[in-house]
Amino acid sequence: MKTLLIADHDNQTVADATTKALTAARALGGEVDILVAGQGAQSAAEASAKLQGVAKVLLADAEAYAHRLAEPLAALVLSIAPGYDAIVAPASSAGKNLLPRIAARLDVMQVSDVTKVAGPDTFEHPIYAGNAIEVVKNPERVKVFTVRTAAFAATPADGASTPVEAVAVPVAESRATFVREEMAKSERPELGSAKVIVSGGRALGSAEKFNEVLLPLADMLGAAVGASRAAVDAGYAPNDFQVGQTGKIVAPELYIALGISGAIQHLAGMKDSKVIVAVNKDEEAPIFQVADFGLVADLFQAVPQIEAALG
Amino acid sequence: MKILVPVKLAIDSNAKPRLKADRSGIDLANVKLSINPFCEIAVEEAVRLREAGKATEVVVVSVGVGKATDAIRSALAIGADRGILIEAEGRVEPLTIAKLLAKVVEEEKPDLVLTGKQAIDDDSNQTGQMLAALLDWPQATFASQVELDGAELVVTREVDGGHQTLRLSLPALVTTDLRLNEPRYPSLPNIMKAKKKPVETKSAETYGVDLTPRLSVVEVREPAARKAGIKVADAQELVSKLKAVGVL
Ligand SMILES: Cc1cc2nc3c(=O)[nH]c(=O)nc-3n(C[C@H](O)[C@H](O)[C@H](O)COP(=O)(O)OP(=O)(O)OC[C@H]3O[C@@H](n4cnc5c(N)ncnc54)[C@H](O)[C@@H]3O)c2cc1C
Ligand SMILES: Cc1cc2nc3c(=O)[nH]c(=O)nc-3n(C[C@H](O)[C@H](O)[C@H](O)COP(=O)(O)OP(=O)(O)OC[C@H]3O[C@@H](n4cnc5c(N)ncnc54)[C@H](O)[C@@H]3O)c2cc1C
Repeated sequence: MKTLLIADHDNQTVADATTKALTAARALGGEVDILVAGQGAQSAAEASAKLQGVAKVLLADAEAYAHRLAEPLAALVLSIAPGYDAIVAPASSAGKNLLPRIAARLDVMQVSDVTKVAGPDTFEHPIYAGNAIEVVKNPERVKVFTVRTAAFAATPADGASTPVEAVAVPVAESRATFVREEMAKSERPELGSAKVIVSGGRALGSAEKFNEVLLPLADMLGAAVGASRAAVDAGYAPNDFQVGQTGKIVAPELYIALGISGAIQHLAGMKDSKVIVAVNKDEEAPIFQVADFGLVADLFQAVPQIEAALG
Repeated sequence: MKILVPVKLAIDSNAKPRLKADRSGIDLANVKLSINPFCEIAVEEAVRLREAGKATEVVVVSVGVGKATDAIRSALAIGADRGILIEAEGRVEPLTIAKLLAKVVEEEKPDLVLTGKQAIDDDSNQTGQMLAALLDWPQATFASQVELDGAELVVTREVDGGHQTLRLSLPALVTTDLRLNEPRYPSLPNIMKAKKKPVETKSAETYGVDLTPRLSVVEVREPAARKAGIKVADAQELVSKLKAVGVL
């Protein structure tokens, strides 16, 4: 059994999502190689080489991989796929974009959002917005799956010095070209790896209020900031803050929902958090059905009081 | 430009899914089914392109049993021109659906295929990308903006960390995200008109694609239940409780 894990990285460091997906890949029981494809990604490859339990790090460094377009990446992975029994990626926007393209070319079915590797060919994953867990047997000759990273602990870096090998870059013409990218810069932790998340809903009423109320509390707690779809659609928060079935799936130690009603699509993204706090002025709000600690209050009054109590 | 939109009939987003007692799957009897919200967004986008004079025809296709026609009719009521139902019984996997859709693309020769990014029942998020791979077409997934620029599409995608904009040469495949548009409510006259639009029915067998699922379902079970906790009286009590359980 040999597994290829496709890394998420920013050329410098290896993403937290990769270290979690590595835990899932190792659970298959065989050797795991990590593929780092990027431009100027030597540092990310070296960081991957320090992770526990990796057989080999493959570095594909070329301009074609600078923006993680699916077409050249799929061609690259397919060029090395014959050596592998499993191909794995985090269920991030990059992994979701890429992996089905590879599965289709290999003529195998993919399993999406794996939450448990129950054996080399048995996987669990949520369906229907997490309202059901499907256990599937996958007899395909190559197992292709994305990993729901919130369900796995990170594999630590134990200072290993796994060899980094350069891989040949196949020539692939692509009819998709990169135009531009607008990435939010933030000093705050990422939603996917934060221990604490403060999340706001429609009740915040405006982008100004959203920032004014949530950011100071998030800073006090060293928390990442999340939002409901209603808050994102209304322009209070950027799109990649959205937590839920069709946004980010998170499972922090502490999730604080402020003025969020608790629609099933939102719950799908956060109900595996260890401790959930809800502040909502409607005591019947469905969010209270999953909250460990509920506070029925106007959030505009409650948040300053929470900050005061935190001292 | 001709646009093909694959649409799926799925559980209504307001319905609560219930498990079958024998743990073989979700019980869809007596549950409201609707066109998958992401497919609805795809249809709306296609119809807007036609209304803007940039597309000439919008064809919708659904793979499923007879009931899947409901998804096609919803799409026709939004403004799609005609429908194709590919009849297939039981569980049809995304790879199989992509193979069937690739055959439809061969027949219909669209310049653009617009799919939803995911269906809200199986949540696979695979079909569009698989179809693009089988056709060897460029893809732009999770689109929040689509513009036609001559023979090219400029697509903005929602990605982790922000937005990415790509330029694709046609033919191409795009999958829709939530913020691409807000689908219209079809008017009654348009719903009536939709009933008269042509829907062709074909059998999946005629395409020569093996429909046998590759994966087998061992069981479908409830997720670990989460119990409601307690209500606290005020912010002070909340903070001391959080300290007591060790998360602060
Ligand atoms: C296909 C599909 C996909 C979706 N995907 C997602 C997703 O990924 N993530 C997501 O979040 N949603 C998603 N949704 C939307 C979801 O169904 C809900 O519409 C959304 O989560 C509601 O957001 P909200 O809780 O902020 O707003 P609302 O439901 O309007 O709730 C606002 C809450 O704030 C409370 N409130 C108002 N004022 C105050 C105040 N001053 N103090 C305290 N409380 C106050 C109210 O009592 C209410 O409970 C999806 C929907 C569909 C159909
Ligand atoms: C009659 C019937 C019975 C079924 N029974 C079962 C069952 O018992 N167990 C089970 O697990 N699943 C069942 N399914 C679901 C079937 O397996 C899924 O349609 C398939 O796996 C696609 O996965 P997805 O919807 O998650 O695809 P995604 O990749 O999430 O879908 C993305 C997009 O692909 C397109 N698309 C997807 N499916 C279709 C389609 N059918 N026709 C046209 N376009 C499509 C749409 O544009 C959609 O927005 C059944 C479906 C039907 C129609």
